[in-house]
Amino acid sequence: MMPDLTTKLFAPRAVGVEFPFGHPFGIPHDSAMQNRVLGEALHLLAGADRFGTRVDIDLEWPIPRKDAYQAWQPPEPSPITQWWIERNLLNR
Amino acid sequence: MIIDSFRFLPRSFRPIYENPEPDGTDPIWAPFEKRLSESRIALLTSSGMFLEDSQASFDLDRERAEPTWGDPTFRAIPSDGGAINLAHLHISHDDILADPNIALPSDRLSELSETGVIGEVAPRHVSVMGYQGASLEGWREIAAPGIIDLLHEDEVDGLILAPV
Repeated sequence: MMPDLTTKLFAPRAVGVEFPFGHPFGIPHDSAMQNRVLGEALHLLAGADRFGTRVDIDLEWPIPRKDAYQAWQPPEPSPITQWWIERNLLNR
Repeated sequence: MIIDSFRFLPRSFRPIYENPEPDGTDPIWAPFEKRLSESRIALLTSSGMFLEDSQASFDLDRERAEPTWGDPTFRAIPSDGGAINLAHLHISHDDILADPNIALPSDRLSELSETGVIGEVAPRHVSVMGYQGASLEGWREIAAPGIIDLLHEDEVDGLILAPV
């Protein structure tokens, strides 16, 4: 989901997908997309020969970014988001 | 092709995630020495998935009361099914409940076992509630040792981690 973060936190192998949060293997009931991501992960597991190997998957999310961005959000801000907002810790 | 890790993140959150501290952990590398077609594979999701009929939810009440705390426990999810629910305050549940395979692709993994791509599916997958707030201490002391014991008990060769 966020491979830049994943590799900085020392994951030994990482598959990058440019998908909205909550959807690491893709779209509900899209078996082909889910298989693509899982297959890449398995082949990276077995085939990577060094720490920090990262493979990004060239799949574009088929829903406009604005709509997908809205769709992954929880019904109300998470407690930590609300906590950050109350302390003016965002937008600095 | 290099993807944009922050494409779906609120812009105001980006500085929080751009330069994370590794929290004192050293890099760890374990080569995978078996063939996939002879390996037993498990999955781990951070979606807060649990079995609706037989497992307790993750503790969301405490997280609401202590926003910098996240439940560090884990749930074992049988790979042969069961009605699931989610306990996670940071994402919409709609799509995962519509098709849990987008967070824990157990059905896809079973298909890869049937076609011989992997040896077999582990009897249990693993679920955690990914948000850990200010510290990973709970995962180090509670979740990680328990998950390692479970994976050893099930003789798992490889684990695919799926953050949500």
